[in-house]
Amino acid sequence: MRRSAVPLAAIVVAAALLGLLVYGLVSRSDNHTLDTAVAKGERPVAPSRNLPNLGRSGDRSLADLRGHPVLLNFWASWCDPCRLEAPILERAQRELQRKGGTVLGVTYNDVSSDSLKFVRHYGLTYPNVRDVGGKLAQAYGTRALPETFLIDRQGRVVALSRGAIDQRFVHEALAKVGA
Amino acid sequence: MRRAVLVAVLALALLAPAGAFAVQPRASLVDLENEVMCVACGVPLNIAESPQADRERDYIRGLIARGETKAQIKRDLVAQYGDNVLALPQDKGFSIAAYAVPIVVVAALIALLAVLVPRWRRRGGPLRTGATPPVVAGPPLDAADARRLDEDLARYES
Repeated sequence: MRRSAVPLAAIVVAAALLGLLVYGLVSRSDNHTLDTAVAKGERPVAPSRNLPNLGRSGDRSLADLRGHPVLLNFWASWCDPCRLEAPILERAQRELQRKGGTVLGVTYNDVSSDSLKFVRHYGLTYPNVRDVGGKLAQAYGTRALPETFLIDRQGRVVALSRGAIDQRFVHEALAKVGA
Repeated sequence: MRRAVLVAVLALALLAPAGAFAVQPRASLVDLENEVMCVACGVPLNIAESPQADRERDYIRGLIARGETKAQIKRDLVAQYGDNVLALPQDKGFSIAAYAVPIVVVAALIALLAVLVPRWRRRGGPLRTGATPPVVAGPPLDAADARRLDEDLARYES
């Protein structure tokens, strides 16, 4: 009985370490779940988290915007392509506002004072939240900026762009949600 | 009265250095760079070379200029970037594994040795002291080879 205890304990410890290694690898691997589902024509549920507003007190989440189309955009002030698409997003905001929707900016790995300067510089009128720690970005599989997701009135992802968007993407995406 | 003043002066002289030691040391960028990450690049800030890393350094410089201590600066960075900005893992949640796993592994190895070493000793295994390794002998030489070997050795020794 005593003789078999040592190998058994060694196996248990080795299995635990292996499990830990696998968990670490899986949790850090790229998340392409949304891309695959949207490519198949499905409408996966959009991940939502309560995040602090940029430049204002209080929190906001996607769940609060249920019933309205939302163009969710991950950005940062240090991201060069984000500067190019800022005017496109502002135009999309005006278009969406007329249909009861909104653009929702999410800052990623950015100092809030820098983000606010960016907002003022480009005259952005849509709301922005701060993804401190990047949990929402992780849920969307965001690895590089900018990335944009169109979410329908039921809170499902309809279209996405991993990279800067253009006017064509906005028109096609908004047509899918009838906005 | 003079004695009271003297006692008060002595007390102040004794307490003053303690107060001076209680002051927090001024934070330095070099020190902080070793302990925080460039969050956008995913590497420690002291080796990061990117515009994002430079911006993070500028931000830290600004906090140092405001007179914040190292702990305050770290708290501020966590508020801006989240826990990922800290180079050392947090002592909560899954991050505890970074500290716990080495301790568990070392403890398991010690326990394994504690069980195996006495067993090896009892069996006269690899840890037995004073034992000489057996000499592996080759096949015996025939008479002609033995004579030739003796002659060769004699020639080398002469």
